[in-house]
Amino acid sequence: MPLTATTILICAGGACISAGEESVKQALEKEIEKYALNDVVRVVETGCMGACSLGPLMVIYPEGVFYQKLTPQAARKIVEEHILKGRIVKEYLYKMPTGEVIPEAVEKLPFFAKQVKIATRNVGYIDPLNIEEYIARDGYFALAKVLKNMSPEQVIEEVKASGLRGRGGAGFPTGLKWELTRKSKGERKYIVCNADEGDPGAFMDRSVLEGDPHTVLEAMTIGGYAIGANQGYIYVRAEYPLAIERLNAAISQAKEYGFLGENIMGSGFSFDIEIRIGAGAFVCGEETALIASIEGRRGQPRVKPPYPAQSGVWGCPTVINNVETFACIPPIIVNGANWFRSIGTEKSPGTKVFALAGKITNTGLVEVPMGITLKELLYEIGGGSSTGKKIKAVQTGGPSGGCIPSEHFDTPVDYESLQKLGAIMGSGGMIVMDEDDCMVDVARFFLEFTVDESCGKCTPCREGTRQMLKILDRITSGEGTEEDLDELEHLANVIKDTSLCGLGQTAPNPVLSTLRYYRNEYEAHVKEKRCPSLKCKQLIRYVIDPTKCVGCTACARVCPVNAISGEVRKVHQIDNEVCIRCGSCIEVCRFGAISKVSP
Amino acid sequence: MVDREKVHALVREAKSESLEEKDILINTLHKVQDYFGNYIPVEAAEIVAEELVVPKSKVYEVLTFYTMFSTKPRGKYVIRVCVNLPCHVTGGREIVQTLKELLGVQFGETTKDGLFTLETTSCLGLCGVAPVIMINDQYYGDLTPKKVKELIENLRSGGDAR
Repeated sequence: MPLTATTILICAGGACISAGEESVKQALEKEIEKYALNDVVRVVETGCMGACSLGPLMVIYPEGVFYQKLTPQAARKIVEEHILKGRIVKEYLYKMPTGEVIPEAVEKLPFFAKQVKIATRNVGYIDPLNIEEYIARDGYFALAKVLKNMSPEQVIEEVKASGLRGRGGAGFPTGLKWELTRKSKGERKYIVCNADEGDPGAFMDRSVLEGDPHTVLEAMTIGGYAIGANQGYIYVRAEYPLAIERLNAAISQAKEYGFLGENIMGSGFSFDIEIRIGAGAFVCGEETALIASIEGRRGQPRVKPPYPAQSGVWGCPTVINNVETFACIPPIIVNGANWFRSIGTEKSPGTKVFALAGKITNTGLVEVPMGITLKELLYEIGGGSSTGKKIKAVQTGGPSGGCIPSEHFDTPVDYESLQKLGAIMGSGGMIVMDEDDCMVDVARFFLEFTVDESCGKCTPCREGTRQMLKILDRITSGEGTEEDLDELEHLANVIKDTSLCGLGQTAPNPVLSTLRYYRNEYEAHVKEKRCPSLKCKQLIRYVIDPTKCVGCTACARVCPVNAISGEVRKVHQIDNEVCIRCGSCIEVCRFGAISKVSP
Repeated sequence: MVDREKVHALVREAKSESLEEKDILINTLHKVQDYFGNYIPVEAAEIVAEELVVPKSKVYEVLTFYTMFSTKPRGKYVIRVCVNLPCHVTGGREIVQTLKELLGVQFGETTKDGLFTLETTSCLGLCGVAPVIMINDQYYGDLTPKKVKELIENLRSGGDAR
């Protein structure tokens, strides 16, 4: 390979691809070809760089200049100006809210600079399809160290000492899980990677699988050595075709290099990994359901115990870890447990990757030390609200979690603190909501999700969540009563106590946490038949302010049901009996004359 | 007519790729579904059962449990709309409304011309650019009703999915 003077890292994460990364890359390559720069400029497609709201984006090294919101035209200009003439193209740099532009955003922007990357250390920095780039960043070094210098017991001790806890949500100590499985009796054992990331609002696992697939393979092989397994499965959801493609490529490369297969690195240890693809069932993220699905059955959970550590895939002892958990293993082996413990908090060592979504300026992925406060995470790194309205709450842990109101944003983010607030860490999704979001509607929304995804095996979850949804439907349509609120709470607690698996046991959490912090909103819906956030369609009306309306007829023309009447240049009226509350009129009114009111 | 030989070959291919034979039902069904262009004819499902030596009832069980499998023909373009909270709070509701109006179908239905099937999907993990939809294997993010209209019109007039 010729020595190149310039390397362009272009983000090929799912979000940037959807924003047109491919056409930008093609334009870039064509232009480089045109100026015969092929030997000195290298274009590398990396995994997700995290700043999804700025895509498509790229970083040009060695200068480290960060370009964002690119188009094919921008790519051509950057080659002409930046690459050929060494002049930075200002218009595609990141602009601070103050208007100041920052060329080296990766080092200086709070969004990037405040992060500590362990699980995502390579994502966005290497070509995921090139094993050599992974190796160049200490890849497979941990595996070599383990196979040459450590006994399986020593590996388990190291992981235990690091205090690493499951990043999939429950926070079970990883080393302990490995130890239990190693000690379980069984002819064969299995290592499973749970890549069935289904929590709405969480996408860190996808980013690791797409951006650094080898780290998962390496960690699984280390795990296999530690527990005495020779076979691993990666269970990926079918909604992630790109992740599947890159994992497949990584597996064949690893086999070619002798990092997977028979007699790895001449150690006598053999290990193989296969991919199993889901088919659209959220419940398969639950470990016993996942095992059923791997075995080719309906993904329905079963009662625990026995735990997978005793009886997992084909009845054999099995370790199931989440993608992000695995991604932390190689650095722990290379740098030691003490190093890992020096980051994060006493009870939750290390870092956590969070997915920022919803009404936040910097959407995307960030990896930060545990114990960071929500305030730092949402405002300093996340850049605060994206709508100009105040952030009202953040939902953590998806449909199994709860919402945390802004009064509690000083809370440090770790497993225990979030639990105390009635939320959970979950897989790390953070959905930000502002004053326009109705918390009853949000709770109803999650319930709708659970009703849809409940596998139907146990009654509390199948029937109970349906009844809760019915009550919430009544409340949001203005037909709820005060008894409904008590009934809702009662039902929620019963479902929590009696459901078979984690899905049902946590399904009532969004309702319970919104009831805890926003009972007043529920009460407004049932007592006053009013939606304070003006979201619930059956509780709002549209009105035209006669002092602002100039009679331009724009609203009347756009209304799909002809609910608006009025003559040209005269004040218009909305017939709320006919109105379907689609909001089209508000969008077209240039005079701000139309507003929503409740009741 | 189902090309029986082809289905047999697909199942054998799936078998040859796998170390464990007992557990390849789901992967095999994916292969068969891809071959038929996003659905699995009952006849083909029967061949799968025969070839993998599992009861037909088990194949049926699996087919009906997972939302991505269908025994009914689906449109040339399967549009999967993310209906989860991150998309909901960023305007997903309007996207759903626009799609239903444009296509004249509800979720789970296929347009009369056989071009589009509208389905919901669980989170696609592209919340950074919500609201998001997936058309076959392609993702589309940062959607607005206007962009959705353009997208559908483009596909209707024979444009490709990008």
